[in-house]
Amino acid sequence: MKLRRDPWGHPRGLALVTWIYIIWSLAPVIMAIRFAFNEGRSRTTTQGWSLRWFWQDPTLSVFHDPSLHSALEQSLTLAFFAMLIATPLGIGLALGLQRWRGRGSGIANGLTLLPLVTPELVFAVGLFMLFTTAFKFIGLGTTAQVIGHVTFSVSFVVVIVRGRLQTIGSDMEEAAADLGAPPWEVVRRVLIPLLIPAIGASLLIVFALSIDDFVVSQYLASGADTTTVPMRIYAQARAAPTPALNALATIMLAVTLLALLLAYLVFRFSTRGQKGGSAIGQLAGLDARIDAGGTK
Amino acid sequence: MAPRWVWRLLSAPGLLFLAVFFLVAFYAVVAVGLGNVTTQFQPVPHWNPLDWNVGYLREALSNLAPGGQMWPVVVRTVLYIAVAMALTLLIGYPVAYYAARCAGRWSGLILALLVLPFWISYIMRLLAWTNLLASDGYASEALNALGVDRLFNTLGLMEGDDWLGGQPVTVIIALVYGYVPFFILPLYASLNRLDQRLIETSRDLGASAAETFRRVILPLSRPGIYAGMVLIALPMFGDYFTQDLMSGSPNTNMVGNIINGYVQGGPDKSLGAAMTMLLSAFLLIFMAFYLRSLRREQREAE
Repeated sequence: MKLRRDPWGHPRGLALVTWIYIIWSLAPVIMAIRFAFNEGRSRTTTQGWSLRWFWQDPTLSVFHDPSLHSALEQSLTLAFFAMLIATPLGIGLALGLQRWRGRGSGIANGLTLLPLVTPELVFAVGLFMLFTTAFKFIGLGTTAQVIGHVTFSVSFVVVIVRGRLQTIGSDMEEAAADLGAPPWEVVRRVLIPLLIPAIGASLLIVFALSIDDFVVSQYLASGADTTTVPMRIYAQARAAPTPALNALATIMLAVTLLALLLAYLVFRFSTRGQKGGSAIGQLAGLDARIDAGGTK
Repeated sequence: MAPRWVWRLLSAPGLLFLAVFFLVAFYAVVAVGLGNVTTQFQPVPHWNPLDWNVGYLREALSNLAPGGQMWPVVVRTVLYIAVAMALTLLIGYPVAYYAARCAGRWSGLILALLVLPFWISYIMRLLAWTNLLASDGYASEALNALGVDRLFNTLGLMEGDDWLGGQPVTVIIALVYGYVPFFILPLYASLNRLDQRLIETSRDLGASAAETFRRVILPLSRPGIYAGMVLIALPMFGDYFTQDLMSGSPNTNMVGNIINGYVQGGPDKSLGAAMTMLLSAFLLIFMAFYLRSLRREQREAE
């Protein structure tokens, strides 16, 4: 991004507001992480440093308290399966919609965009009603939760992949087709390799959306062993006896940021020397989130 | 070029999935909301429109309408969200403007810091505040030492000095905290695209900085402001967890809390479904507006 000259000169007031906002938005979370490393039991004051609430405490730490580490396992399981299902569904959908003109394309586009603007509560009540009435054979539980997570994340994949399709254009594909490659080969040998960065970004965003989700997970849960990390935090935030809850939240955040870093490296590596979109922007799903305006 | 059926075939699984788990799921809400219940209050959905029973919908409507039992909750929800949106605009616009247009060599870092909250779970961000605003937390001690609690008490915005004890002020500020990032980013994108030459022209033709802002920049950023507003209004109307974590008192309940209470807690799931239908109908206005502008932008991009 290049330096822009602004008619106001350098707006110190705006700079001040921006930095105060940034501190306000991040400092509380940094404090919550800090409390996770407390030596004592307080979640409201700093009390030394230790890893007691991560694993050292023999009964109350995240590692040793079954209710905490089972939440971690459930969150990771859901994110893994959601990633695995939503990404291919979304890629197929994006490839199809990008080229589908005429009859039916308006409806198909609308159906893909609608989930992005539907409040989670409406989503969750809908799936809850579905799995407790018509789809009783599936019922509530892990399967329902995975389906729920796929439903709200598929549209994000579509937005990311379509963005990339627009960047790469159709020249390569047409060349391949002109040289006699059948349609499936064009997809497999030309499109998919060009889409690798978008696929990486999609996997990451589905992972993050799933890990952070609270409402859908809660409505489709069937009991203690389907409790996810956000559900556990929600249930205990006001009443937790020790900073182990903060430690759990910290681990979750670390996993998300690690995934982000990994995807960033993959993205950088696979788009070397290519034009279009800033790496950070595309990777952060920022472009997708801005375009789609998702709010999860 | 591959034949058309290839592309349709590729999109079929995704479309089928969304049709079943999005459209049919919403139809399940309608079927339950317009259905009946067993003697144990278990909902019995009526899938056939000919069997629809409008009893619950009518009950929900009279509950939520002026004079109804839940009318104060509706008023409170709209009030909280309106105040939260106004504060969001006040905080978000300058930040987005600075980040998009004046940050210079810091722009990369600032953008990264503005995106960061996206990757932190919303629930964890609220957890952080429950730590800080607890009666012995750092934030509440600082605020009370500065006399902010007494000031809010005299202004009638707060009662007592427990920030997590059912204070409307806490809920509204938490809503702002939670949703500001989702407002800043679309606005950032639209301000980033704003043509610098128009601003320079306006200045060259003799307009003052204030006039340039009022007559050039503000009108040009209006679509971004509207998009951001709609984007945060939609989830706010369905929010129940912010209220639960930051107050938990029935005195600060919002519409989301009422629906959540019926669907998850009590025996009146059908009433909850009927209220979800009403909420969706209300939000459809915002959604239609947003989708229309999104489609327009897509068409321009293609």
